[in-house]
Amino acid sequence: MARPEVALFATCLVDLFRPTIGYAAAQLIADCGAEVVVPPGQTCCGQPAYNSGDRERAQRLARQNIELLEPFDRVVVPSGSCAGMIRVHYPALFADQPELAERARALSLRVEELSCFLCERGARVTVSLPAPLRATYHDSCSGLRELGIKEQPRRLLAQVGGLELVEMRECESCCGFGGTFCVKYPEISTRMVDEKVARIRESGAELVLAGDLGCLMNIAGRLRRSGSGVEVRHYAEVLAGRLDRPPIAGAG
Amino acid sequence: MRAEPLSLREQARRALDDGELQRALAVVRRGWQDTRRRAIDELPEFDELREIGARIRDHVLAHLDIYLERFAERVRAAGGEVHVARDAAEARALVLRLLEQHRARRVTKSKSMVCEEIGLAEAMEEAGLERVETDLGEYIIQLAGERPSHLIGPAVHITQERIRDLFARHHQSDPDNTPEALVAEARQVLRRHYLEADAGITGANFLVADTGSVITVTNEGNAELTQGLPRLHIVVAGIEKLVPRMEDAFTLLRLLARSATGQEFSAYTTIITGPRREGDLDGPEAFHVVLVDNGRSDLLATRFRPILRCIRCGACMNHCPVYLAIGGHAYGWVYVGPMGAVLTPHFLGIEKAYPLPEASTFCGRCEEVCPVRIPLPGLLRYWREEAFRRRVHGPSVRAGLGIWAWIALRPRLYRFVVGLASWSLRALGGRRGRIRRLPGASGWTRSRDFPAPEGGGFVAGWNRGRRR
Ligand code: SF4
Repeated sequence: MARPEVALFATCLVDLFRPTIGYAAAQLIADCGAEVVVPPGQTCCGQPAYNSGDRERAQRLARQNIELLEPFDRVVVPSGSCAGMIRVHYPALFADQPELAERARALSLRVEELSCFLCERGARVTVSLPAPLRATYHDSCSGLRELGIKEQPRRLLAQVGGLELVEMRECESCCGFGGTFCVKYPEISTRMVDEKVARIRESGAELVLAGDLGCLMNIAGRLRRSGSGVEVRHYAEVLAGRLDRPPIAGAG
Repeated sequence: MRAEPLSLREQARRALDDGELQRALAVVRRGWQDTRRRAIDELPEFDELREIGARIRDHVLAHLDIYLERFAERVRAAGGEVHVARDAAEARALVLRLLEQHRARRVTKSKSMVCEEIGLAEAMEEAGLERVETDLGEYIIQLAGERPSHLIGPAVHITQERIRDLFARHHQSDPDNTPEALVAEARQVLRRHYLEADAGITGANFLVADTGSVITVTNEGNAELTQGLPRLHIVVAGIEKLVPRMEDAFTLLRLLARSATGQEFSAYTTIITGPRREGDLDGPEAFHVVLVDNGRSDLLATRFRPILRCIRCGACMNHCPVYLAIGGHAYGWVYVGPMGAVLTPHFLGIEKAYPLPEASTFCGRCEEVCPVRIPLPGLLRYWREEAFRRRVHGPSVRAGLGIWAWIALRPRLYRFVVGLASWSLRALGGRRGRIRRLPGASGWTRSRDFPAPEGGGFVAGWNRGRRR
């Protein structure tokens, strides 16, 4: 039987800033016995327009992605907020266009965030770290509240040899990224990420993990600026054993 | 002419530097979130209760005219009077006229957000009337000459030391700097006002259509004294406060108390139906309800309608990372936090209030805790759409979005631009892989390093055969 085809929607941030996450995600999907396709027509899910109130442009991008992704059985996204955009918000975007709304709904049923996909496939993680490491996990907002991602990444990370997962306080509070929010209200955003950084530091972790590159870049940027040596990565990098790559925003 | 927008960013900056405010907000963060959590953990059916609460509110909103009529009928049958004010000016005029008709000059008033909304305090002052706020927090606010900064705790931003100083100055006294001493002192001063007042003005938490009753809850018992002792009682309430039956009110009260302060029930629940009757020991001679529309029926017909479910519990602000960073005053108007960011653009216009819906990361905490399940982030996004449609931003914002979308809709061009951006940002990042200053992104780089790309776009790389 042919291996089922899975489309990897890498997200614009991963594409531009951190291909490692894309390669790691592809490897993890392939390890589940699927054929990975990275549709070359993918750009962005449309959140920047959608969250700026530009519904019309958001619709146009959504439409482009629906056409691009609907031929595939499954679509996997290594980001809670972009997966949420496609799953939750695309159908809502076309509330007044029944035909597209229907296609958006059909697509939304086949789109899955990476950790959810891996858990659903019963993925077994076999990697071991070269040296023991203490990590903490930040729950990014959209993944947590729109898609209910909470246990999935933790369950996968628990299988990584040598990785100790400690919970920081307030792991569910927002890091202050928020897309354009972080440049429109930089002072408030900075206060929020400072809270996050304080919780990370008091947890004693040497590594922070999350499932959304926007949050990771924000947290990493603040950690580096404040002189902390705590490393920041997407959880997929750990699951795929890619700790040989420099962490986000470089090493401390 | 373009309305001067609210200066949220400047206000926020000031608030972040205000040490006293920050200490006060830390108390909200630690105290109120925990107490709510505990109260809700004790009630396994809380989520079910929320569903029921939301349904009750939706039902009322769908049949508002019927319940308004029924309520007015029952109030009249009980010997009271109901007035409907279309807007804030009409509401103020109605209240002032009632006070004048009853020759009431000294007025006690318990907490009411709708009175803030219609600007009643200023109107009373201009009319030369004496007004004393009887909710402790509101009383402190009145002495300080400020505005409430929170739905439930209007004076959360004021520290105990400042309260002591305010009392010392206004009462010519010297109270101890302990909560007990300050409360005792306020009680004593307020008692005299209760007895001397000609009229009492209260808000309402719920109006029960079936019985014509007005329900107010407090933790200080002040609403009871405000409405029970003077000759005249005026209730001022938004038209959306109606509920069909007493039972519905109690369902919502359970949600309200747990969400607001983590109590099972507020300490005092007062139910009043009409003026004093033959044989009653106390109660006013005259009883009037002023129902304020002020744009609410317009909201009903829009996609913002769910905000009218709001029962003013304050949970959304207690859990909002933005509110907890900057406090209530930075929002610039009566209603604050997430619910305020939804309501204010309706009252002031989106041209003026557009910064409020933008000051959100859409983290969704507010929606998660709202006891009547108002989709607050979704409503904020609608306001952003409204703002975009009405072109409240400068041309550069629109142009930026336009160029980005134009490229993103052309995948081949997009790949090329990603390659270019990746290459140049990587060059800026140098060996350490991070950028300390990035022109055009100073909002980011003033406080954070900007991670440089690793190099080579993923989508292009993969399709060229690269695998790691
Ligand atoms: S919006 Fe919801 S959480 Fe906020 S005050 Fe209203 S009822 Fe409470």
